[in-house]
Amino acid sequence: MKVGLFVPCYVDAFFPEVGVASLELLERFGCSVEYPLDQTCCGQPMANSGCQDDAAGTEAHFIRCFQNFDVVVGPSASCVHHVRFHLDATQQTPAARKVRGTTRELVEFLHDDLEVAAFPWAAFPHKVGLHNSCSAVRGLGHECPSERVDAPFFSKTRALLGKVRGLELVEIDRRDECCGFGGSFCVTDEAVSAKMGSDRVHDFHRHGAEYIASADMSCLLHMKGVIDRLGLPLKVIHVAQILNGAAR
Amino acid sequence: MMRPVDPEARAAHFIGREEHESTHDRVVWGMRQHRDKAVAGVPEWEQLRELASQIKEHTLTHLDRYLEQFEENATRLGTQVHWARDPEEHNTVVHEILAAHGVRSLIKSKSMLQEECGMTPFLEERGIAVTESDLGDRIQQLSHEPPSHIVVPAIHKLRTDVAHLFAREIGSNPDDTDPHYLTEAMRGNARPRFLAADAAMTGANFAVAETGGFVVCTNEGNADIGASVPPLHIASIGIEKLIPRAGDLGVFIRMLSRSALGTAITQYTSHFHGPRRGGELHVVLVDHTRSERLGSPDFWHVLKCIRCGACMNTCPVYRRSGGLSYGATYSGPIGVILDPGFDLEKYRELPFHSSLCGSCTEVCPVKIDISDQIYKWRRVVAAKGMLPLTKRVGMNALGATLARPKMFHAAESAAEVALAHLPRFALYNALNPWGKQRELPGVPRQTFRQWYLEHRAKSGKP
Repeated sequence: MKVGLFVPCYVDAFFPEVGVASLELLERFGCSVEYPLDQTCCGQPMANSGCQDDAAGTEAHFIRCFQNFDVVVGPSASCVHHVRFHLDATQQTPAARKVRGTTRELVEFLHDDLEVAAFPWAAFPHKVGLHNSCSAVRGLGHECPSERVDAPFFSKTRALLGKVRGLELVEIDRRDECCGFGGSFCVTDEAVSAKMGSDRVHDFHRHGAEYIASADMSCLLHMKGVIDRLGLPLKVIHVAQILNGAAR
Repeated sequence: MMRPVDPEARAAHFIGREEHESTHDRVVWGMRQHRDKAVAGVPEWEQLRELASQIKEHTLTHLDRYLEQFEENATRLGTQVHWARDPEEHNTVVHEILAAHGVRSLIKSKSMLQEECGMTPFLEERGIAVTESDLGDRIQQLSHEPPSHIVVPAIHKLRTDVAHLFAREIGSNPDDTDPHYLTEAMRGNARPRFLAADAAMTGANFAVAETGGFVVCTNEGNADIGASVPPLHIASIGIEKLIPRAGDLGVFIRMLSRSALGTAITQYTSHFHGPRRGGELHVVLVDHTRSERLGSPDFWHVLKCIRCGACMNTCPVYRRSGGLSYGATYSGPIGVILDPGFDLEKYRELPFHSSLCGSCTEVCPVKIDISDQIYKWRRVVAAKGMLPLTKRVGMNALGATLARPKMFHAAESAAEVALAHLPRFALYNALNPWGKQRELPGVPRQTFRQWYLEHRAKSGKP
């Protein structure tokens, strides 16, 4: 299986270690992974602002970069959600339909497609609070959303982290409340966004988490910004880093 | 172009009042938690949601038929049925009925539709005294503010705010913030008005086509005192409130209060079938953009709404903003998708007052795709050229850069150089909203792409 590694623009720029962890993790499970060097972005920033015309070129470029893979895997539920559900500013060619249909988020790829049973190399003896992003929970269905109190609980991210030695998950008050990042929302709605971020990190802090882990670096980027400003003793880490055996 | 409502600035102001914001968030989240508990007690909840959605979709796609059936049956019961295309027609019809009866004072129970129509100021300008009979609505009326929530209209206020307001308006003790005391004080003040009113107005939660009756749900019984004391009762009903059969009520009544406040049912669920003996009952069926909305493939589903407020309670943005920040009749997620349909220019910023977390869609008892509609309204705003200039220019430049890998990688390097080397005052200032309450990310030694080129790229590749 030829896997195309999709590393979102902000991960490429600010969190290369998350790209490295994703790549190494996929390779550990025998995937033949290639990172198309010309990739930039999935188009979400423009599309989320309603700017379809401005998103079209970027989306077309994304399709060109990834059209020759069996599957495209990216460590970001938010971007993968855009590709699967919203990437329609560009023409829906057979290539576009193929890429949209075969793009997978890392957690679901490991959990659903590879059905990974163990991460023997992974140990993380810390108290970890899990932040599943809104795109992960309500967009891609990584976890039963808290609103669905009638449905049996499941969580793909928890299932994977449960296979990591020593990792202790910390429960918080509002399991899947938004962290307030929201793309350009975080600057155009600064006060609300920052308040949501502050409430979110305090929920983790109050319950004794040492780390906030997520499959979405954009939420973590936001929460890290809040944590650093407030000087809280909390760290953020991408799920891929933990699963790949991050030793901290 | 007309200046739009600025929900972001209004929300920032609300957040600045720390005790208000934190109390509001806690109390409104509490309603969401009550809703979760109540829903957990109904094992067939998901089936109910699906059924409710289907009944509404069926009704809306056969609305002409059901409206005529309702009119016919209501008329047979002795109810006088009126039709209004827009707020002006609604208000005129209501005023004509009131004027014909020489009405000087009116008590009304909660009706978001009457808010939508701006009815109270219209009637007051014509010499009719209007008293809200719902406690929260009365608080809002005395504050000269619209409701901030469709179910709990004064939820953005603290008890101390209410104590001060009542002290000023009805002479109660400003230092007594006990809810029981405050409620009794208002009861003592309002009851004589209720008893002396010449007419009553209500809204309706459901109108039943096969019977010609309608249903009003309240927790205070305030609609009932209005409908029972004065001889004239006028109900304003949006045309989307129709349901086909009385039997369908069982589905909606089970969901309404569980979704709203987490109680099994509202304290009062009153069914009106024709006028009381010796009285008159009028119904005004109002369109006000609803039929236009019904023709919109992207947005017609919003007409399924039963006004439970669950989307507002769960919305992390609404809880931090307070309902008045939306500057519109409807606030929260449902407002974000309803208000632009009334006036796109005025409410063009509302679809951006959302983090698109999607929780609203999940709690909606009639399965409205609220979050998707917020997203689609953004496209409408952008396509009509109504985005703020900075965003328009910014997104255009961003789109141009991200479509070209060389430009992107150059821009990426430039940004990293800037972040790594610029002094703090150049990064953290009024031009950078991110940096007001958050630190910027650090700059890594190399991008992932650079790492990949160094460690993995095979020869022959760039």
